[in-house]
Amino acid sequence: MSEVIDQHAPRVFSDTETPMVELRGVSRRFAKKLDVAAKLARRLGADVKEEIVHAVDKVDLRVRKGEVVGLVGESGCGKSTLGRIVAGILPQSDGQVFWNGKDVATLAGAEARDAKLKRQMIFQDPYASLNPRMRVADIVGEAPQVHGLVKRGGFDEYVDEQMRRAGLDPAFKRRYPHQFSGGQRQRIGIARALAVQPEFIVCDEAVAALDVSIQAQILNLFMRLRRELDLTYLFISHDLGVVEHLSDRVVIMYLGRVVEEAPTDRVFKAPNHPYTRSLLDSVPRIENRKRAFAVVKGEIPSPLNPPPGCHFHPRCPLAFDRCRVEVPKLREVAPGHRSACHLNDAA
Amino acid sequence: MTEVPTLEVRNLRTHFFTRAGVVKAVDDVSFTVPRGKVLGLVGESGSGKSVTGFSVMGLVDPPGRIVSGQILFKGQDLTQLSDEEMRQLRGNRIAMIFQDPMMTLNPVLRVDTQMIETVLAHEKVPEEEARRRARDALGMVGIPSPDERLKSYPHQFSGGMRQRVAIAIALLHRPDLIVADEPTTALDVTIQGQILAEVQKLAATTGTSLIWITHDLSVVAGLADDIAVMYAGKIVEQGDVGEVLDSPLHPYTHGLIGSVPSRNRRGEPLRQIPGMTPSLLSLAPGCAFRARCPRAADDCGVMPELSEWRPARLARCHHPHLETAEQAA
Repeated sequence: MSEVIDQHAPRVFSDTETPMVELRGVSRRFAKKLDVAAKLARRLGADVKEEIVHAVDKVDLRVRKGEVVGLVGESGCGKSTLGRIVAGILPQSDGQVFWNGKDVATLAGAEARDAKLKRQMIFQDPYASLNPRMRVADIVGEAPQVHGLVKRGGFDEYVDEQMRRAGLDPAFKRRYPHQFSGGQRQRIGIARALAVQPEFIVCDEAVAALDVSIQAQILNLFMRLRRELDLTYLFISHDLGVVEHLSDRVVIMYLGRVVEEAPTDRVFKAPNHPYTRSLLDSVPRIENRKRAFAVVKGEIPSPLNPPPGCHFHPRCPLAFDRCRVEVPKLREVAPGHRSACHLNDAA
Repeated sequence: MTEVPTLEVRNLRTHFFTRAGVVKAVDDVSFTVPRGKVLGLVGESGSGKSVTGFSVMGLVDPPGRIVSGQILFKGQDLTQLSDEEMRQLRGNRIAMIFQDPMMTLNPVLRVDTQMIETVLAHEKVPEEEARRRARDALGMVGIPSPDERLKSYPHQFSGGMRQRVAIAIALLHRPDLIVADEPTTALDVTIQGQILAEVQKLAATTGTSLIWITHDLSVVAGLADDIAVMYAGKIVEQGDVGEVLDSPLHPYTHGLIGSVPSRNRRGEPLRQIPGMTPSLLSLAPGCAFRARCPRAADDCGVMPELSEWRPARLARCHHPHLETAEQAA
């Protein structure tokens, strides 16, 4: 079978071309502001500090044109925050975001608008992300109209086309979101994102709320749209099966930091970081029969008070002294495969 | 004579009488859970899997009610019990774990208060004895320093820990049967792995039978002994978990397994089931899966019976996938 050309093989991307989206040293902190009582207490000399969460901590990320990058992690690891920064709907606290090689912060006028419009986001909850008081036609058509992508005369036709592309019957465009099922709502969200003709889509757990059979339909839609519209995806998910199926490259986050990134095959066949390995072991697979579930010990620590050194060390079976004090750097362990673990230095 | 199974459900029908019409959420469902075994009850939203669980617990609220059928718990028909008799059993011999642990836990009471209350509700024991049992139960589900954690409030626990507390409460009286409704769906994978491992250990050591309700075939694959797949209020396939997953008979089960990403080649379109689950309010006569089924034919206009196509392998279909079953055999 090996002589058959595999047209579904993951695409290979060169490292030299300018990435479509690049993050350099991006951090995002959320601070809980002190209330009046706490401020008063502080003025009286009490040791009260603002609580700061480092949701994203000095992350570098590159997504090349045409690529599908899977961003994986458990709750609280900062993957959604990172996704919002990439999509341009949440400002970063530190670091730079580049769009086609240009720092987004330095863009102005038409270029800035373009950089914003070309990056769109599809959200997890198809119930919360659609305005219940708007008709589908307006949900899908409002943004392109505001941005002058469609003339008043062509509005209906344009909306019809967007809906058809997302697999919705345009006859339903006068309906409200509550009249649709979860899968159809997700299609409305997709039609809305695509209506402004983006090049880059951030999908934040876009299929997590859907039933298995509907999930497959939406995933197939994503893949078809990618081919037809030459889209680039950052696909955020906690579901490794979905990510494995869809992505060219996988980035794994733990408590605000990237711990490993590699081409999809490498991540699943030769994971390097102990966290990645335990994550893969924990995933229930349909191929597995009655067997003991592998167990990672311990809980995910609070991002308010992350452990020093490598964030994973309290749960890591291989941790040693250095892990408790020094933050491991992301280092290349194989071409295109980077991992942040001190064990790689010893070898 | 064989042992009386922990639970035997016979021809259960639970309908909801709404203003829009009668919703047959559970329509002629039968299954058996032997002692110490795990039954995976699988289905998509609206398939009736949760209502089946609630029916067993006697927790179906109006406008829903059990219309007919028997729920035999160790030979005793639960549908014939009074509310008071049912209350004696519930939380004692039969327990439930919900998807959201906050459905079990009272946010304004400390964990020890809630657990001791549960013990005392069913047994006259001194309070210290009740506290000791509560602590042991917490220890059993893998909560570190249970003595201190007993004094905490639910909000001081993480999601995974809360679910462990809920499981510990379910275990307090060493029930014969636990109905678990999507208990790990809201949890992270590493935490889900921990909980599944604990549950597996408990079922093996205490002889408790489990009904594990989920939409996730991969969870059931590793946990259950038997599996029952529900669609539109009916069981469409039933049998040993390995056999069903390796060689599904019903086209719906077939499609469901096919749409799991790891079963497909990377990057290739997933084998999807077209269409969506029908509304239970307006079910056409005949097989409910007919409109989405690649094998549907004229005779599917008549509802097929759940029949035994292979030894201990039931499927509700006129045109089951017998060829895959042959290949696997």
